[in-house]
Amino acid sequence: MTSDRLKPVLLLGPLVLFLGLAYLVPFLGVMQWSVTLPEPGFSQYGKAVTDPLIQSVFFRTFRICLIVTFCAVAAAYAIAYVWVRGTPAQRLVTELCILIPFWISVLTRAFGWVALLSNRGLINTWLQAAGIISEPLTMVRNEFGVALGMMHFLIPFAVFPIASAMRSLDERVFLAARGMGASRLRIFWSIFVPMTLPGILGAGLMVFVFALGFFITPAILGGGRSVMIAELIYLRLFQSPDWGLGAAISVILMLIVAALLILMLRLVRPNKMLG
Amino acid sequence: MSMKPTPIAVFLAFAVALFLLLPLIAVVPVSFTPARFLSMPTDVWSLRHYQALLDNPAWLQSIWLSLRIGILSSVIATLLALMFSLGIWMFRPWFGSLLFGFVLLPMVAPPVVSAITLYFFLTTLSKVNDVVAYDTWVGVAIAHAVMIAPFAVVMVTVALAQVDRRIDLAARGFGASVSQRVFKVILPNIKFGIFTAFFLSFVLSWEEIGVTLFITSVDAVTLPRMMWMGLRDNIDPAIAAISVILIGIVITVILVKTAFTLKLSRKS
Repeated sequence: MTSDRLKPVLLLGPLVLFLGLAYLVPFLGVMQWSVTLPEPGFSQYGKAVTDPLIQSVFFRTFRICLIVTFCAVAAAYAIAYVWVRGTPAQRLVTELCILIPFWISVLTRAFGWVALLSNRGLINTWLQAAGIISEPLTMVRNEFGVALGMMHFLIPFAVFPIASAMRSLDERVFLAARGMGASRLRIFWSIFVPMTLPGILGAGLMVFVFALGFFITPAILGGGRSVMIAELIYLRLFQSPDWGLGAAISVILMLIVAALLILMLRLVRPNKMLG
Repeated sequence: MSMKPTPIAVFLAFAVALFLLLPLIAVVPVSFTPARFLSMPTDVWSLRHYQALLDNPAWLQSIWLSLRIGILSSVIATLLALMFSLGIWMFRPWFGSLLFGFVLLPMVAPPVVSAITLYFFLTTLSKVNDVVAYDTWVGVAIAHAVMIAPFAVVMVTVALAQVDRRIDLAARGFGASVSQRVFKVILPNIKFGIFTAFFLSFVLSWEEIGVTLFITSVDAVTLPRMMWMGLRDNIDPAIAAISVILIGIVITVILVKTAFTLKLSRKS
């Protein structure tokens, strides 16, 4: 029965082979760049860890990602709550507001923020017309703009795991708490929030991992001034052909993300996050 | 006691909803400015930036290129993902979860790492051929297929999870061959899942910019790449016009789909 043993291979093989050849082998090639260009050895890794300029990019990336993750998860919690537990009309409105930005490209969304925040943008035009400010406020080409744009991109992603945690709650627990005389606020803080904690943690870690690799939004809204890791890799590759260093930083980024993903799998069961 | 949201919670949620819609709304007035630079129209509204999209062949070419890349890459990704998911579902190999984790790699790795990896892949191939190469449309389509295949796998796997295994067992009991089971029993049951996987793949490829930026330079200018160039150099209001069109398409599709689901749920 050789043909029966062949069938799984015929079905599973093509995708595994395709990704092996087009992704795994080239990644090994990138790792090879990091230890051979411009000269063999681990000097590029040494540079990536000790160079003060690169260090500052790593610190900036972590700082922005932490702030963005915290704000995005808090905002996602509020909107997920009404999406899952609101009246049918509230649920329809929040669902549309979550889904529409979710399907719109990162470029269009970044551009929308430029149109809102730039010196001749919507907000400055209105504030000046209303006589509240005389000089336009600087809101893009700095970290404020980057953080706002990243938050906007990440909120919908944070909503899904939080909403699925909220959906799976057992209503009887709230009834019991009510019966024991707990107030609404107390039920919310002492029962509802702790019971959705796995969703919050899952969303937070996922958003943070996503944020670390962000490239387009910081590049457009940061305007080359608040460079983050991903943009640094791009610059090392194309502006100052320094492939070895770009590859070394990529491998470090991959290791950090892998460590965070393993932590995430330990904390939350993956099937719960997708559902 | 159903934990209905209080007015404060509803207010906060609608504040977030407004925040999510704000940049999409802001694009609209900018697209009607008569000025050459990014600004609000004051007295005169103008369609010149929409006209510019039609007049400049580069925009139409980039749309056509993105369409071709989107179709080729989603056909490859959906087909490979379908075979893979079927293999896991039908044969349940003991190393299945290991393989599953492997094929999801491009989805969980930071896009910039995938970008440099695919840059390495395509520039290496460039040395031996010029079809699947750096800065060619087939090269971009292959790279996109790598990036979207994991999403297609997730979609098809979710669809397969809904299929009742007993109908497949029954077919097998009656002596159906593997191909008969696949084509006559399983595929008709996951038609909708396959379509969703293809649709999602196409949208992801159509919007892809993180990887595309690394693997194209002057020849394969996709629509997102074209927008990126207009955003980086000096902000061209034609970007606002194309953005308004894209936002309009997305909103229409979502509204039609929502209306359709509401109608269905009323009937049942």
